[in-house]
Amino acid sequence: MDKILRINMGASGGPSQSIEKAGEFTALGGRATTSMIVAKEVPPDCHPLGAENKLVIAPGMLSGTTGAMSGRISVGCKSPLTGGIKESNAGGQPAQVMARLGYAAIIIEGKPATDDLYKIHIDKDKVTISVDNSLKLMDNYPLIEKLRKEHGDNAAYMSIGSAGERKMAAASIACTDPELRPSRHCGRGGVGAVMGAKQVKAIIFDDKGCQQRPPKDPDGFKAANRAYVEGIRKHAVSGEGLPAYGTNILTNVLNEAGGYPTRNFKTGFFEGGTNISGETQAELEVKRGGLATHGCHRGCVIQCSGVYNDKDGKFLTKQPEYETVWSHGGHCGIDDLDTIAMLDYLDDNIGVDTIEMGVAIGVAMDGGVIEFGDGEGAIRLVRDEVGKGTPLGRILGNGAAMTGKAFAVERVPVVKGQAIPAYDPRTVQGIGVTYATSTMGADHTAGYAVATNILKVGGDVDPLKPEGQVELSRNLQIATTAIDSTGMCLFIAFPILDQPETFDALLGMLGAFYGTKMTGDDVIALGKKVLNMEREFNKKAGFGAEDDRLPRFFKTEPLPPHNITFAVKDEELDELYNWG
Amino acid sequence: MIQVTVKLFASFRIGRFDREIREYPQATTVGDVVRDLQIPEAEVGILLLNFVHVDLQRQLADGDALSIFPLVGGG
Ligand code: SF4
Repeated sequence: MDKILRINMGASGGPSQSIEKAGEFTALGGRATTSMIVAKEVPPDCHPLGAENKLVIAPGMLSGTTGAMSGRISVGCKSPLTGGIKESNAGGQPAQVMARLGYAAIIIEGKPATDDLYKIHIDKDKVTISVDNSLKLMDNYPLIEKLRKEHGDNAAYMSIGSAGERKMAAASIACTDPELRPSRHCGRGGVGAVMGAKQVKAIIFDDKGCQQRPPKDPDGFKAANRAYVEGIRKHAVSGEGLPAYGTNILTNVLNEAGGYPTRNFKTGFFEGGTNISGETQAELEVKRGGLATHGCHRGCVIQCSGVYNDKDGKFLTKQPEYETVWSHGGHCGIDDLDTIAMLDYLDDNIGVDTIEMGVAIGVAMDGGVIEFGDGEGAIRLVRDEVGKGTPLGRILGNGAAMTGKAFAVERVPVVKGQAIPAYDPRTVQGIGVTYATSTMGADHTAGYAVATNILKVGGDVDPLKPEGQVELSRNLQIATTAIDSTGMCLFIAFPILDQPETFDALLGMLGAFYGTKMTGDDVIALGKKVLNMEREFNKKAGFGAEDDRLPRFFKTEPLPPHNITFAVKDEELDELYNWG
Repeated sequence: MIQVTVKLFASFRIGRFDREIREYPQATTVGDVVRDLQIPEAEVGILLLNFVHVDLQRQLADGDALSIFPLVGGG
């Protein structure tokens, strides 16, 4: 990964391209690369949909190698949803293919002068940027079908659906999985709207004729990778729970802990939880001839995903994740898996973040647009309103905050304009700290305190009390920022938090690959450096301490069944970034 | 005797049950229930008694609801 591809969509006479040396980014990846480039090149006060914003795409440090779990791709920009810096990552095949093609990053800048729609094709020999207006307003599934006929099945695809072209702030960028389904999404923060603003419909990566990236120390890399895979396989979460039940195993856990936000954060227990739990979902998937275990990219050994078939045994969507099942399920008072799976498919097809979309619908329900529990109504809103770009669809497609405002809802669960996901911060106080303080806006993955609070992996901090949560969230946010830079799937955190030898194996892989010695301190230093840059960007974009807060109702409305409020003090939240 | 609603999740359901109201003598602990169900202690990940995390030593009372999970994760 020694080069960076820069595409200026606004060049006079049509898009231009140039190749630069990757320099300091040669041995970096993922979030470190995207955030550093955005921080350096994008004016923090620019309009997110304007020519000055840039869309930066980067594979992970070990993507494109034989290393396990290394296939996450990061997309960075100034977010149209939060107004701050954004890194959104996804699985699927593109990271591996892009890395083998040798690119440390692709920077898409400028804005075309005409309303033409472009696709970008990248192979070993050249980059082709061409107009293809026949793709206009196509959604992801039919779009990829069409592109596959032209560009074949060896390629990996990144694309936007109609929501991205309409520049909705909930728009995602789809990545194809090994079966070429556009089902893995850089969902959060409206990165799809930025791609839409650049008028890029699809990026096609074809690595025909390319090799796996060679490690500096092949034997050392192989040995470390072996130890790493062993560690992942032997841990109960990554070796058994996630493969068998997927992330939706958490429905029952959060429900039984009273931390499952129900009907727009009114209670912490959903009476219909069992019907939409991971256990029920896995059983149904197998019964219908789908799969309860599936990897989103080749080289994944955990395989937390699955294939969800409809009643007739035909593919409907990939196994909906816990947060999707929650946002379209309990949050909306819906307890029917087929309805939720249909919504997952529609979100992927139209190209919107399943969390933002589901939370927006629940907020709309609270505002009286449709009733809680109205599954048919929810499907109609996504398919016929968001999917068709009606005025109501544009309100919903711009996220929960916009929807709350439009329908005068008082209880709007967002931080920095981004929807709060599936863990109530009153019952899981550590994750509340992450929601409040993350540079990304409310984002559970930014510092997954749920592990320590609820799952009792990597330590034990009481979820119901404010004590220790800031320190916990801080450490997790630093570590996560580093993991997001390696391109490793975040679920490796479960084994590496519990098993020091598995963390050492990961360091060994990085060291053997780049011919350096990586220590735990280096990882922490990288995490801090990236977080500092992101925070600096946000400051310049206009964010202050008052933005590092949860909506006030979390402090004033006690959540049943525990009947407690979020109790971490504002002054304590302000300490999060004081790490000296 | 006391009545306790026991809920099992994920792999613990296999060969056992999802949910049962079971009778136990006074002073039964969470650990007694786990042993009674022949769940290896090392495999127990999360124990929730009436929505609150507890350990194996906790004594049960009549009408309690106990949820037993293996180590699980997601996110
Ligand atoms: S564990 Fe799940 S999300 Fe992670 S790489 Fe594998 S399939 Fe993708």
